[in-house]
Amino acid sequence: MSGWAVFGEAALVLIGGGIVGLFYRGLDRKIAARMQARVGPPIRQPFLDLGKLLVKETVIPKTAVTWIFSAMPFLAVLASFTALLYLPLGPFPPVLDGHGDAILVLYLLAVPALAMALGGLASGSPLGVVGAQRELVMLMSYEFPLAVVLVAVAWRVAVLGFSPAFSLGTIAMHPLWTVVGPLGILGLAILCLTLLVVTPAELAKIPFDIPEAETEIAGGLFAEYSGTYLALFYLADAVRTVVLAGLVVALFLPYGIAKTLGLAGAAAQAVDLLFWLFKVFAVMVVAVTTVRVGMARLRVEQVARGFWLWGTAAALGGLLLLALDKVVMG
Amino acid sequence: MKLSAFKRALWVFHVATGSCNGCDIEIVAALTPRYDVERFGIRLVGTPRHADVLLVTGPVTRPMAERLKRVYAQTPDPKAVVVVGGCGSTSGVFYESYNVVGPVDRIIPVDVYVPGCPPRPEAIIDGVVKAVAKLEKLGAKV
Ligand code: SF4
Repeated sequence: MSGWAVFGEAALVLIGGGIVGLFYRGLDRKIAARMQARVGPPIRQPFLDLGKLLVKETVIPKTAVTWIFSAMPFLAVLASFTALLYLPLGPFPPVLDGHGDAILVLYLLAVPALAMALGGLASGSPLGVVGAQRELVMLMSYEFPLAVVLVAVAWRVAVLGFSPAFSLGTIAMHPLWTVVGPLGILGLAILCLTLLVVTPAELAKIPFDIPEAETEIAGGLFAEYSGTYLALFYLADAVRTVVLAGLVVALFLPYGIAKTLGLAGAAAQAVDLLFWLFKVFAVMVVAVTTVRVGMARLRVEQVARGFWLWGTAAALGGLLLLALDKVVMG
Repeated sequence: MKLSAFKRALWVFHVATGSCNGCDIEIVAALTPRYDVERFGIRLVGTPRHADVLLVTGPVTRPMAERLKRVYAQTPDPKAVVVVGGCGSTSGVFYESYNVVGPVDRIIPVDVYVPGCPPRPEAIIDGVVKAVAKLEKLGAKV
């Protein structure tokens, strides 16, 4: 593929990703409101919020470390959007397929969290510092289960002999559910569940919103952010939701419906892309919206212990079952 | 500067300056399914840095005066101030009390007053909407 084609494709994916991210955030808020028997905001609300934030004054506190404070929102947005380029989009392979693998995606997902923590630390506000520390504690606790899930699936696909191993594109092209035996299916189910629990933590949504915790530490990390910088974080968060839901889809639900419907060519691609968008939406509703409406905020040590003990145990258990299955099935 | 962006995305910060909690509960009531201000894009935020509108309740006690000024200064422009309740508007039942330095408009500029002890949630929503109208009129002049 020529350089310009990649460029155009990337621009399309980035703009589309931003729009879909904000649109899904609107749907998320609407559905959450309906679950609470409220009317809820209009679906275009996130766009309105973003537009308003861009109009507002951007305050940089006197006590802040200015360059870190101002650079971090941009870093968060950059990393979140870059992760989009490594995501298989339904029938289409990742835009930058072959230029980076699943491990890179892991890092790209961790960067916005780190950027938020650094921004909070640099904001010169004690609330920001507390929020940043909580974010780091959470990052350290969910990162291991997340990595184990990813590595387990990537390893199983690599064992099947598909290359390049560890590329999300390859993983998405070879669903594992039909390849493995009963033990493996159990293992995959456990891994999938673990990833679904990690998703809201990665996004710092209730019950894992301890770094923001508006009622305790006044927005925590974001306590000092306003205007344009807050808008950037808002956008990064919306895009990260799509990336994470897309990751769940790529690892565990990479199926299309076009073949079943007997379609071919452009029609098949369009249908599969729509179906992919629907799958991402479904994962978001299950892992983020429902959980966020149904639960209250956990305590810091509950989150840390939960992920270190149960999260890690579940992920390693899933990996073990997958490995056992490989031995049994040969 | 385009202020029409504000119309449907107002973020509100709630400052209690020694209120009896009556008004504060009415503000929270505006978020419940019955009134659901989120359908107008109004959101209660946790820090003045994110706010467009300050909802001030209470008669402003002596120690709170300094804090109120600081919260006002911390709110990024453009912003509006809505006083909720009789004691914020006129000192109400705390009139001439020795430890009260209010009402609110002696400390910071106020755009809209919502009287009542406490006002109903409908009145609070109406007050916030009036504040937006005022912001927009200001924007038209600029
Ligand atoms: S106006 Fe009345 S209800 Fe509101 S804070 Fe004052 S005394 Fe309480």
